Amino acid sequence: MKHRALTLACAVTLTGAAWAETAPEAVSYDYGAVAESLSGAPGDPEAGRAVMVSRGLGNCIACHEVTALSDAPFHGEVGPMLDGAADRWTEAELRGIVANAKMMFDGTMMPAFYKTSGYIRPGDAFTGKAATEPLPPLLTAQQIEDVVAYLLTLKE
Amino acid sequence: MKNKMLRSVAVLVAVGLSAPVLADEDADLVINEEIEITVRAPAPDHTENLSEIFSGWVFRSAETQAMQMDDFDNPGMIGVESAMADWAAVDGSEGKSCASCHEDAETSMKGVRAVYPKWNEEAGEVRTLEMQINDCRTTRMGAEEWKWSGDDMVDMTALISSVSRGMPMNVAIDGPARETWEKGKEIYYTRYGQLELACANCHEDNYGNMIRADHLSQGQTNGFPVYRLKTASLNSTHKRFRGCIRDTRAETFAEGSPEFIALDLYVASRGNGLSVEGPSVRN
Repeated sequence: MKHRALTLACAVTLTGAAWAETAPEAVSYDYGAVAESLSGAPGDPEAGRAVMVSRGLGNCIACHEVTALSDAPFHGEVGPMLDGAADRWTEAELRGIVANAKMMFDGTMMPAFYKTSGYIRPGDAFTGKAATEPLPPLLTAQQIEDVVAYLLTLKE
Repeated sequence: MKNKMLRSVAVLVAVGLSAPVLADEDADLVINEEIEITVRAPAPDHTENLSEIFSGWVFRSAETQAMQMDDFDNPGMIGVESAMADWAAVDGSEGKSCASCHEDAETSMKGVRAVYPKWNEEAGEVRTLEMQINDCRTTRMGAEEWKWSGDDMVDMTALISSVSRGMPMNVAIDGPARETWEKGKEIYYTRYGQLELACANCHEDNYGNMIRADHLSQGQTNGFPVYRLKTASLNSTHKRFRGCIRDTRAETFAEGSPEFIALDLYVASRGNGLSVEGPSVRN
């Protein structure tokens, strides 16, 4: 009996933790903004910085110039410069833009980093081979939060 | 474009990189001090979202540009030489070579590359050079087909292109080719893969801009086949298309697929007015 109660308690705790993370399909956008943390936890700006510059992760600087990241080589000029982003956007807006910018900017070139389905000829990463939806999102909920936390440091 | 270039120079200087590799976008291309290449031209009417078209050559670094200005420095010309041997070599059950029917490639193939892909009335389809070469091989020579991006095939397209260098691209998009062209246009504007990128996102909306370390061109095909420094080999248009679509995290189309044939015609038509350059040199 005691044993069973303990198992149940554990299950509740685990489910509770899972509930804290919002799945890509469950994100609610309010005019493109997302109010709550996707992971349920605060973001880490240092980890976010690494996601911003890494080609295998966010690679944000492929398209955006960020003066504070000038130690990483080659910044693109496809998207707007991100210096002062925190002065222009709220945390909720930044979260929405990183998760799926198309919810705020119709037709934007920016890929959706927290989306799993609705693609044309979805592929298995960069192999060129077909993949079945849902795909893993480009970034995890926590990585999105980390990037948002980093962007919030970009003040002028 | 100029402004953007200046900006990227500023960024790179700020970043403190030594000798950033940037294009001389105002340079003119003359090959062997003889063949004048049109690298800038007014956009054709059917390319409604561009006013001017540019060869990919103008977006490359001065070093890469220079490699194409002399055939002795152009590694793609090795493929042309190799194809010259194939041109004269008998192959297949009919005891024929290309030269048996077409004699001297320099004369008989002059102008061909400029109008391909092209509607073939007899076959009732749009054909690329690769398809026409394989039709010759199987139907007239009784020889085996070549693979779409095999060395022998790409080299042969390089030879056929090389003798038209300097002539304006002029593929036909009306009449029976229209349907294929429309299909190619639709593909050009379709946002494929997990990155949801269409050809147009990079090559129409953002040519001249940097995407990380890459300088985006208009994605013109007048320079194909292209000798890529990255792969140290000559590349067909379809191989390049495949790489681009793969990089959108999409399931690609196959080389020689109806989709890529249609895209080939459409993209070629966007370059009508630029000179045939193949084999060109790119990064």
